[in-house]
Amino acid sequence: MKETTLRSRGHALNDPGEQLEILNKHTPRMCTLPRFEQMLETSGLAPLRPTGIDIFQMNLGYMCNMVCKHCHVDAGPDRKEMMSRENLEQCIRAIEEMDAQTVDLTGGAPEMHPDFQWFVEQISKPGRTIIVRSNLTILVTNPKYRAFPEFFKKHKMDVTCSLPFYNKYTTDKQRGEGTYDRSIEALKALNDIGYGKEGTGLPLNLVYNPAGAFLPADQTALEADFKNNLMRKHGVEFNNLYTITNLPISRYLEYLLMSDNLDDYMEKLVEAYNPAAAAGVMCRNTISVSWNGILYDCDFNQMLEMPVETESSRHISDFDAETLMNRNIVVNQHCFGCTAGAGSSCGGATA
Amino acid sequence: MSKPYYESGDLKKFGDIAEFEPELAAKFFDYYGSVFEEGELTAREKALIALAVAHTVQCPYCIDAYTEASLQKGANEAQMMEAVHVSCAIRGGASLVHGVQMMNKAKKIGM
Repeated sequence: MKETTLRSRGHALNDPGEQLEILNKHTPRMCTLPRFEQMLETSGLAPLRPTGIDIFQMNLGYMCNMVCKHCHVDAGPDRKEMMSRENLEQCIRAIEEMDAQTVDLTGGAPEMHPDFQWFVEQISKPGRTIIVRSNLTILVTNPKYRAFPEFFKKHKMDVTCSLPFYNKYTTDKQRGEGTYDRSIEALKALNDIGYGKEGTGLPLNLVYNPAGAFLPADQTALEADFKNNLMRKHGVEFNNLYTITNLPISRYLEYLLMSDNLDDYMEKLVEAYNPAAAAGVMCRNTISVSWNGILYDCDFNQMLEMPVETESSRHISDFDAETLMNRNIVVNQHCFGCTAGAGSSCGGATA
Repeated sequence: MSKPYYESGDLKKFGDIAEFEPELAAKFFDYYGSVFEEGELTAREKALIALAVAHTVQCPYCIDAYTEASLQKGANEAQMMEAVHVSCAIRGGASLVHGVQMMNKAKKIGM
């Protein structure tokens, strides 16, 4: 069955409050699970505090050409939320003021934002890393998007793209029929202009996330498997593989509920809690800006509409690095997803 | 309905076997842990072997445990089904190869 967004279905999980209610007390078993804050306390990490603002992550909007089963954004073609030019300009101001070294562009499909290229041109400069989180398939959708890899190259952008597995069955099951073949086509196009090739300085990284209710494999071992298989089957090269754990929110939460996996999955995450991973969570060195300019500790909190604690600096127009550095990070039960096993972040394992 | 012989929740109680005999249990679990560590075989290869053996011994606990372990070690569904076929082939082959014994006997006592 073709996947659609929770929003388009008017699904109850479209409401972040409903998601939090489920995560906290959906079943008797879930009520007995320890609270994430308690676990932080036992690790001496409560309240969770920032270590810096090294990554300025922007969600340009929730529109996407794909509708993946596990999407924590509930992105899809029907989502119209897009960052305004005004908010983009405010982001530029903040990026320049703090001289951000890493700007991470995500969505939806960030390439679908009409100002994507303009924005990158504004912030691009030597020494600054600009990451585009691409779903790959967008890059082979039509001539307009087929030209994007050259644009990425021109600005030496890091391309970080989703590929849940090195085979069609698993990839298409999670991301929709035809995704694997189109992703390989896009990867080849990126390889052709130097991305993922040694010595070009054009990083091409892949993101793995489990196609189901289990934790990711060891990142190093899986990267070797991906490299061997993608090379053997398609002659495709890439730099790093990042393993990401699925967080139990949005459409992945729907999947867990529908497949009766929620209790077991939450227990698995809690049992796998790793203090070292908790110390390295990405919210400690990231700020996430949503399409409407609101500031969050991470993209997941953004989807749950849990903004940063600092009321005086909660919108990009009030961005103040010093205030934000002194905030307590907002946590809830979904955070167990980032602290399980080897840890999980937008840059892969953390422990 | 009467209680089934197998309860999936019992898998989590595996460690409880120590209650009746702690020393042997400790030795077994220690050994078990070492067996599945990364060695000359990778952890994923070991999980796939365990999955195949689980099907041979038809242990529902082991099938549950090593299906999840295989996925979590980065195996895919096709690899896992191939492992089950290996189990099936050896098991079926083991029956069939005894056909030679049957033939030997039949030929000996037949005319």
